[in-house]
Amino acid sequence: MNDIGASLALALRLITGGDPSLWHVVLLSLEVSLAAAALACLLGLPLGALVAVERFPGRRAAIVTLNALLALPSVVVGLVVYLLLSRAGPLGSLGILFTPTAIVIAQAILVMPIVAALARQFVEDGWRDYEEQLRSFGVTPLRAIPTLLWDLRYALFTVVLAGFGRAASEVGAVMIVGGNIDGVTRVMTTAIALETSKGDLPLALGLGIVLLAIVLALNAVAYAIREWSAKHHG
Amino acid sequence: MERFLSRLSATWLAASFVAALLLATGAKAQDFITVASTTSTEQSGLFKHLLPEAKKALGFDVRVVAVGTGQALDMGRKGDADVVFVHDKVAEEIFLGEGFGVKRFEVMYNDFILVGPKSDPAQAKGKDVEAALKKIAAAQAPFASRADKSGTHAAELRYWKAAGIEQPKGAWYRETGSGMGPTLNTASGMNAYALTDRGTWLSFKNRGELVVLVEGDTKLFNQYGVMLVNPAKHPHVKKDMGQKFIDWILSPAGQSAVAAYKIDGEQLFFPNYKPGAA
Amino acid sequence: MGEAMLPLEARALTVRFNGHTAIEDVSFSLDGAMPAVILGANGAGKSVLLRVLHGLIAPTSGSVTWSGANERPRAQAMVFQRPVLLRRPALANIEYALAVNGIGGAERTARAREALERVGLSHLAHRQARVLSGGEQQRLALARASALRPRVLFLDEPTSSLDPTASADVERIVGEIRAGGTAIVMTTHNLGLAKRVAGEILFLHAGRLVERAPAQSFFNHPRSPEAAAFLEGELPWSVSSPA
Repeated sequence: MNDIGASLALALRLITGGDPSLWHVVLLSLEVSLAAAALACLLGLPLGALVAVERFPGRRAAIVTLNALLALPSVVVGLVVYLLLSRAGPLGSLGILFTPTAIVIAQAILVMPIVAALARQFVEDGWRDYEEQLRSFGVTPLRAIPTLLWDLRYALFTVVLAGFGRAASEVGAVMIVGGNIDGVTRVMTTAIALETSKGDLPLALGLGIVLLAIVLALNAVAYAIREWSAKHHG
Repeated sequence: MERFLSRLSATWLAASFVAALLLATGAKAQDFITVASTTSTEQSGLFKHLLPEAKKALGFDVRVVAVGTGQALDMGRKGDADVVFVHDKVAEEIFLGEGFGVKRFEVMYNDFILVGPKSDPAQAKGKDVEAALKKIAAAQAPFASRADKSGTHAAELRYWKAAGIEQPKGAWYRETGSGMGPTLNTASGMNAYALTDRGTWLSFKNRGELVVLVEGDTKLFNQYGVMLVNPAKHPHVKKDMGQKFIDWILSPAGQSAVAAYKIDGEQLFFPNYKPGAA
Repeated sequence: MGEAMLPLEARALTVRFNGHTAIEDVSFSLDGAMPAVILGANGAGKSVLLRVLHGLIAPTSGSVTWSGANERPRAQAMVFQRPVLLRRPALANIEYALAVNGIGGAERTARAREALERVGLSHLAHRQARVLSGGEQQRLALARASALRPRVLFLDEPTSSLDPTASADVERIVGEIRAGGTAIVMTTHNLGLAKRVAGEILFLHAGRLVERAPAQSFFNHPRSPEAAAFLEGELPWSVSSPA
């Protein structure tokens, strides 16, 4: 298709052109997505690990819920966060609707179940290998959580990246709670949506390619770091 | 070990809390107002042209959240905007009547146009929008409606009514439930007729076979109004800055900035504030 | 430490998994005076028995008591066939085991260094544990277990995945740990090792304790036909056991 060729050329010009407003949008995308992924990991990693190692009543229900939350429609999350942060809502007095903070919160809520569900999988597998050894030391499952999270750090790195990718590709919730305000809450995805609305499909696709290139570069660097450290840590 | 665990989880929670706090405060303060406006003004590029001038004149940021008129007014009702800048006189007056707005000022108008496929299967081309809609309905030619309670949608429904069609129905009448741009994308994709504001049309690039079929009918004029959200309902409304923005856009400087916005030499919005009129 | 832990008594231990009986009605008492080696063919229940004694598996019926009490004493450790080493340096692996047992500060580091010294790994203290060779890893596991200063040390096939040199190292270190006053309970497939280390033998067959005897008499005059067949090499013990 002609359009795709034109978009590729446009994407290249966008990347090399150094348009400051584009870089502002790119940087904001990275900032909010990294912050959201960090927040989601802060809560999701221990939660996933807890479900993986601890036997408690309602554990099955927790696993099913976590897995179901993976299918949470982002627009619903956006709407709920919007209603919470709206001036008329319970957290309205914070005045953070239509700010990057609101975006981070919505993204973190979307990403947290992904992080928790994937972490549960990794930690459960890890726990199978470590359980006897750790219990032999007298370690309880609860105490094993920080040990496992740290020891499985290279595997869990993938989880963090998956969370970041999900956050960076998010559009529905971000549009609702961020408002796509030029220079304030406009991120890559909402900029793409706007250009699509304007019927400027080559520019929209071009921005999409820029986003992809950035995420790709970030993943490549992260992968290289992971490989290197895995080799040196066994 | 219990002590270790409780210390660890306490540290962890504290870290989360600090992170959240940093996030929350990072975005605070700064001088700005939030304007709830419509996709037509955003997607036509008017705000991109207008806001830098407003900032220069006012010394603070004007942040625009562009949604449909219905949702924009709703943002005002919830107190999530300081100023609403929309185009649906009937809905605006209801908003005022409920006490959510302080006062409505007419700022400018643009006009709606009817677009459709070049081949014009319904023979809708002409000077009269009502006659055109009658022909489209009679021919059951595909028509893409925004169906999103926006100002444009409200206007479209008024024209149907005036054309003697209470509520268009049938497979030919396609409700996209989305903004002006996406609706034009849909219309372009299936060669349907659509009602659009001229601004969005002029900056719209994915036209395909679509051309302008009806324009210039005085009924197609589309009036924009601006209102300060009532601080009596929402005390946090930035009434001074909001009023300053309204005063500026109604001032000769603001009005001429509106008039100066052109795409391909064509003026999109026509300032028509009349001092003393409400 | 110093607490009276022994004798370790097993009373009518039975363990079943999903209908399969791993060990059945096993009773004995160990006073720790002589190293005890548990022998038996694959699937005889050696590893399961060791885990029940160490408290990793709860018996389906029967009981394990330490000096008459049901409480599992802390002063015991186990070295596994394939020890799990944490992704951190060798020294830190030992320090971790000490930390979770409540030993902190300067004592933790001192004990960890001393344990590394004992197994001859001082020069690798800051090397990542997972990149060590198989023999070094097993020595580190022994150091980690001995740093806990256990009264009883359980060893599950400690040499089965090692080459002869590394096996000899492990055997020497186990001997030193024993000389330090730690009781040894070990399973092995290696009859040579069993002969050199064992004071007494517990011979399991199909989950039952068939024979218990001082090592010398067991190897020279096995009383049960199963033990005789085992020593003749007629029972399979080199094929991999069902997991």
